[in-house]
Parts: sequence; structure tokens; C-alpha cells
Amino acid sequence: MIPELGHYALILAFCIALVQGVLPLLGAYQGRREWLVLAKPAAQTVFLLLAFAFGSLAWSFYVNDFSVLYVAEHSNTQLPTVYRFGAVWGGHEGSLLLWLLLLSTWTFLVAQLSDALDEFMVARVIGVLGLVSSGLLLFVIATSNPFERLLPAAQEGRSLNPLLQDPGLVFHPPMLYMGYVGFSVAFAFAIASLLSNRLDAAWARWSRPWTTAAWIFLTLGIALGSWWAYYELGWGGWWFWDPVENASFIPWLVGTALLHSLAVTEKRGVFKSWTVLLAITAFSLSLLGTFLVRSGVLTSVHAFATDPRRGIFILILLSLVVGSSLTLYAIRAPKRATGAQFTLTARETMILLGNVFLVAAAASVLLGTLYPLLIDALNLGKISVGPPYFNAVFVPIMIPLLVLMGIGPWTNWKNTHLLTVIQRLWIAALLAVIAAVLIPTIMGEFTWLASLGFLLAFWIIGSGIQQVMRQFKTGRPTRSFIGMQFAHLGIAIFVIGVTMVGAYQEERDVKMSSGDTVTVGAYQIQMKGIGAVAGPNYKATRGTFEVSRKGQLETTLYPEKRNYFSSTMPMTEAAINAGLTRDIYVSLGEALPDQSWAVRVYYKPFVDWIWGGCLLMALGGLIAISDKRYRSKWRATHEA
Amino acid sequence: MKPRLLAPLILFILLVAFLAIGLNRDPHEVPSPLIGKPAPNFEIGQLADPQKMFSPESMKGKVWMLNVWASWCVACREEHPLLVEFSKTKTLPIIGLDYKDQRADAMTMLSREGNPYTLSAFDGNGRVGIDYGVYGVPETYIIDKTGVIRYKNIGPITPEILKEKIAPLIAELNQL
Repeated sequence: MIPELGHYALILAFCIALVQGVLPLLGAYQGRREWLVLAKPAAQTVFLLLAFAFGSLAWSFYVNDFSVLYVAEHSNTQLPTVYRFGAVWGGHEGSLLLWLLLLSTWTFLVAQLSDALDEFMVARVIGVLGLVSSGLLLFVIATSNPFERLLPAAQEGRSLNPLLQDPGLVFHPPMLYMGYVGFSVAFAFAIASLLSNRLDAAWARWSRPWTTAAWIFLTLGIALGSWWAYYELGWGGWWFWDPVENASFIPWLVGTALLHSLAVTEKRGVFKSWTVLLAITAFSLSLLGTFLVRSGVLTSVHAFATDPRRGIFILILLSLVVGSSLTLYAIRAPKRATGAQFTLTARETMILLGNVFLVAAAASVLLGTLYPLLIDALNLGKISVGPPYFNAVFVPIMIPLLVLMGIGPWTNWKNTHLLTVIQRLWIAALLAVIAAVLIPTIMGEFTWLASLGFLLAFWIIGSGIQQVMRQFKTGRPTRSFIGMQFAHLGIAIFVIGVTMVGAYQEERDVKMSSGDTVTVGAYQIQMKGIGAVAGPNYKATRGTFEVSRKGQLETTLYPEKRNYFSSTMPMTEAAINAGLTRDIYVSLGEALPDQSWAVRVYYKPFVDWIWGGCLLMALGGLIAISDKRYRSKWRATHEA
Repeated sequence: MKPRLLAPLILFILLVAFLAIGLNRDPHEVPSPLIGKPAPNFEIGQLADPQKMFSPESMKGKVWMLNVWASWCVACREEHPLLVEFSKTKTLPIIGLDYKDQRADAMTMLSREGNPYTLSAFDGNGRVGIDYGVYGVPETYIIDKTGVIRYKNIGPITPEILKEKIAPLIAELNQL
């Protein structure tokens, strides 16, 4: 009964989303008030219905209702409760339902928090979001119904892929989708402004906090995914340039460009066409990412079941949404520059340059991701593009961007005397050079690449410190300023982490039996023994390894090799001792004939700074959106 | 309307056209002219010992598998555990062709992830790969007792492919 109610709620949500998508837009076009006012209640109803549908599916998982096909395929009675909840979005149908729920959540929030906005604008924004929702709802109902029954019911479910049975993966998809889908708000604002011919500073100011919020979620989502791959896949890497990873990273790059471009449009009223195009692009790329992941046109580590019908449906949806937006853009985007003057060394130019690098990076990642598909479509064969391409193309684009990050915040709007900036920045430059020489020397090996990494990271840090010092001299810094500092510092921390791991990680692949010791970095790792343990839905072989430094025992690690009852492939569960300056990573390989094991031991200096940097970026975003000027009450009193 | 503003739309239409074509293709599909033809012969050094040579000639009379792999290939890591498991069943000899790789990297990968191969031939410059028309790594060939290629799979082998296609074919070929 519950699944039927959920299904019914989905269908009802589709009908109401259509109302939400059509009537307010028509109402705004024809000036009919009575249709405008439908927007908010419709958005609220769709949200409640989707929450109900999602709850019904979660409930079916909770009570192990194997008469629901989707539940039977992704869960079983032995699965611990928390993973049963995570399994709701462990497959195609459920993740789409989550996508929809989050889209309606964003719409709901827009409806609740937009009292200060012009009602025509709000109606248009909610209308655009309603159209997107109804398209996706139709997709789910027509091709991917999660509530389909299995009669007679299965006795036992098939279980979730063991790779996905992990706390990191319970939270990774919701975070990522929240970010992906969140760009729909900036998109809807852009479309609404194009429709009403009101591309102005106010539009940019409304869009900014929403874009930043989506960007925060996307940052955290990507970081969580990367962290999960690091400790769960057992390869010790943190980024693989896998098509599915790229599908989330490309919108992030464009979203980052959009954040900055919106700032210029808000403050200076320039780059309007460019900003609108970025807003459309960011969401289009999120949709494209969904298409790539869900249609199976690309092979990837994240292999999903493929059904050509689904691919065609998403492609049509993608064409309609993006095609109509870009057509609207071609017709309505401002055709003349606004006439605002700025020079080659003004902050506007710096941000535009940064934007160009970010978009170029996004384009090159997109090209690498789609290249196998393009070549295949042209009948030139089937190829795969690997990390060598991405590293060779992506890194050189990032270098000038990082240099720019140290200079940009020092420039002024309209015009800057470059000479003054250079004079101010000599301290940062000095710090960067010292770090670039000193740190590689301390770490014991000098490489140019590592040196460059530290140079750039400390250039940004040094410039940031100087900015903060100057800001405190002239008065209280705004939250936007503090947020920017945190986010930029996050990038620097991230760069340090990447550089350290890239240059100084140590890796030992050894054959070990009880009593053997291996040395990595300053640590000795001794194998104490190996034995069998039983988990709730798997059996495992667990090794015991003692980690010591200078004869002092630091910690004991227990890496496992798990055999899940429901799967034939053994899973590697690496054991990691994480620390601020290094991770010790032990994972079990194969059992060898003479009672010994192939063991992989990593010493990864500063690897956690990679994700720490991402956290700082997200925190920066959070501080920035708490800025007073985004609060409607403050604005009402200060602008009246 | 300025042409400049139309550019994004035109780019997007092109992209959609490609995606539409891509949809109708299976990335695992095998358009190989080699099926039913004798496997191209070669003689190159082995991965573990460059002095020892390997040639498909030596496999005559056996049904065997040729698996093209490389340590730099992410998709290979995906299929690797499956191959390791499969090799334990000792169904047939699995010969690796280590394609455009560094010897040390390849050895490290095998010692780390397990070695499913009876032996691996080392094709460092990809010469043999050209004869076999290797598109992307991994690729897998099943070759019969007379040295004729009977099956080719591009991309990682999945448990389904192994169970539903490869295993029955091996059983059939072994009876010939």
C-alpha cells in the first residue's frame, strides 16, 4: 500500500509541477495576478508530495519490502539499517528520486525566502524550476519508477554493491546532488531575468547567495567522493579523472567562475551576458553530467545499468532545457556593452581573466571526458583518455590562475596602479620564494614541480595575510571579505596537500608474514598476525599491524579483505592512521602460498590537507552567504 | 541578434548530435574484423624476463585467453580482481599483453593486485597492439586450438560477460 501511495504522490507531483511551471510564467507574461500567486503554493505542494514519495521508498527499504523491485535489487535483510537508508539512493531510480526531492527542496526554499523580491520575478523563477521538475518527474514516472512491484515478492533481496556500503557513500550523493541541483536556482534566476529583460545588479545580488550555497554543497560532495575513493577503493589515490568524477568537477569549475562573475555584475553592472551564460552553463553541465552518468554512454568505474530508452529521454530533456535557454540567451542577452569603464589592471579584468582560465579548464576536462564518445561517433574507433591527458592539460591552466589569485584581491574596481600592487606584494613574493626553496629542502628532496607547488600556495597565503592586515587597519572586514579569505586559503591548503602527496609520498609493496617489518617515512610497520573475523554481512581476513616511530608504538592498524555474502568480488578495506601531517595507509593484497601476504604500505604526507582545503573553501562560502546584505530585513531598512 | 550570442547554442546542438549518436553505440561493442581470422603471430620478450620470448605459436593446441592490459589503465583495475578470481579456476591459460607500459610499473601492479596471468608478454612500444587493432585497454581475446580468434571484448570484462559469453564459449571450444 505504501509504495502505491508513493507512486501516486509522484504522479500528483508531476501534475502540480506542470501547473507550477506553466501558469506563473504565463501569468507573468500576461500580467495576470491570479496566476502569479499560484507559484508559491504549487512549489510547496510539490515539495511535500516528493518528500512523501521519498519517505515511502525509504520506508519500503526499512521494512524490507521485497515486493518492490527496486528494494529487492538493492537491499537485503542482512544489510545494516543505516546502509538500508543509504541504499535508497544506491541505484538509478532512487538517485533520480533524490535528485527530484532536492530540486523541489531548493524550489521550496526559494519560495519561502523570497519575500523581499518582486513578485513577478519570484513567479518566473519558481515557474522555470517547475518546468525543470515536471520534465524530470515525467522521466522518472515513464522510465524509472522506483515503486514498481515484483510479484510474487522476492524472499530475499540482492543487496547493495559492497563498495557502496560505507558511511562516506551514504552522504556523498545527497551532498553532490544538492550542489548539482542547486545551480538550478541561479539558472532559473538567469532565465527569469532574460524573460523579463531585467538583467541588472539586483538580479546578480539575488543569485549570489543561492549560487554560493549550491557551490558549498558541490565542494563538499566532491571532497566526500574523493575521500571515499581514497580510503575505500584501496588504490591510495584521491582523484582518478573518472568520467563520473569529471561530471561533477566540470560544473564546479564553471560554478566557481559564476560566483566571481556574479560579484562583478553586482558591484559594477558589467559582464551581464557572460554571467547569464555561465549561470545557464553551470546548470546545463549538471544536467549533462546526469545524462552521462545515467545513460551509460561512457564506461566508468561507476558502471550503471543502461537502458537506451532512458538515455534518449534524458537527451531530449537536456536538449529542451538547454536548447531553449540558449535560444532565449541568443535573443535576449544584452547586445551592447554597458559602457562601464575599467582598465587592463582593474579588478574586473582580473576576475574576467580568472573566469577565462576556469572555463578553459572546464572545457578541457569536458573535452577529455567526451573525447572517447566523439571519436566513436565519428567512426574513428574506440579509445580511452586517461589521467596523463588531464594532468598535462589541467595543471598548466591552473598555474596562472593561482598566480592571479594572489594579485586579484589587491586590485581595485575600475582602475589600479599596477606599480602599487607590485610594491605591496613583495612580502608575499618573498614568502613564496622562501617556502619554495625551504620546504623541499626540509622534506629531503628538491624537485621543480614541488617547488612550484609551494611557491604558488605560499604566494596565495602571503597575499592573503597582507590583505587581512590591511583590512584590519582600515576597519572591520565584511563577511564577504572573510569568506573570500577562507576560500582562497582553502585553495592554498589544497595545493600544499596535493604537492606534498605528489612529491613525497612513499609506497612499499612487500611480501610480509607475521613478524616482518617494513619502513616508510620515519615509521616502522610490523605485521603482528592475521586472522578471520565475521561482519554483519561479510566474512573478512584481518591483519594486525603495529606502527611505531623511533621505537615508540604509535598505533595499531587492522586492514581487512572482505568477502560479502552477496558478492563474488573480494573487497579491500584499507586501514588508515590519519594525522595532520601524514597518513599511514596499510592495505592487504593477495594471500601468497607460503602463509605470507602481499601488503601495500603508504606514507602520505599532508594528504588530509587536500580535503581540509575543500572544507575551508566550503566554510568560506558559508561565511560569505551570511553577509548582512543578503538578509532581506537588513536590506529593507538600508535601501528604503 | 548577434552571431556571437548564437555560438553557445550552435556548440550545444553539435554536442547533442554527438551524444545522440553515442547513445546508439555500446561502448563495449566489438567491431573487430579479426574474429574468425588467425591471431596475428609475434614473438616478443616476457614481462618478468625479457630474455624469455613468447609467441602465440607456442599456444597451438590449447584454448587460451589474451588479455591486453597496462598499469596506467584505470579500467584494467576494475576487471583485475575478476581475472585474478577467474585464474584460480584454472579454466584456461591467460596470457597478458602488457601494452605501452613501463616494466617496473607493470611488475608493481601485478605484485600488488595479484597476478592472474600464466605469463605476460611485454609490448612496450605497442607494436603487437597495432597488429591486433587494439583500440583501448583493456581488451580480451579468446583464441581456439588452431590459433583462430573466436571472441573479442573491448573494455573491462564484467562478471556477466564472463559467465554468459566467455565461459560457454570456452567450454564449446574445448570440445572441438
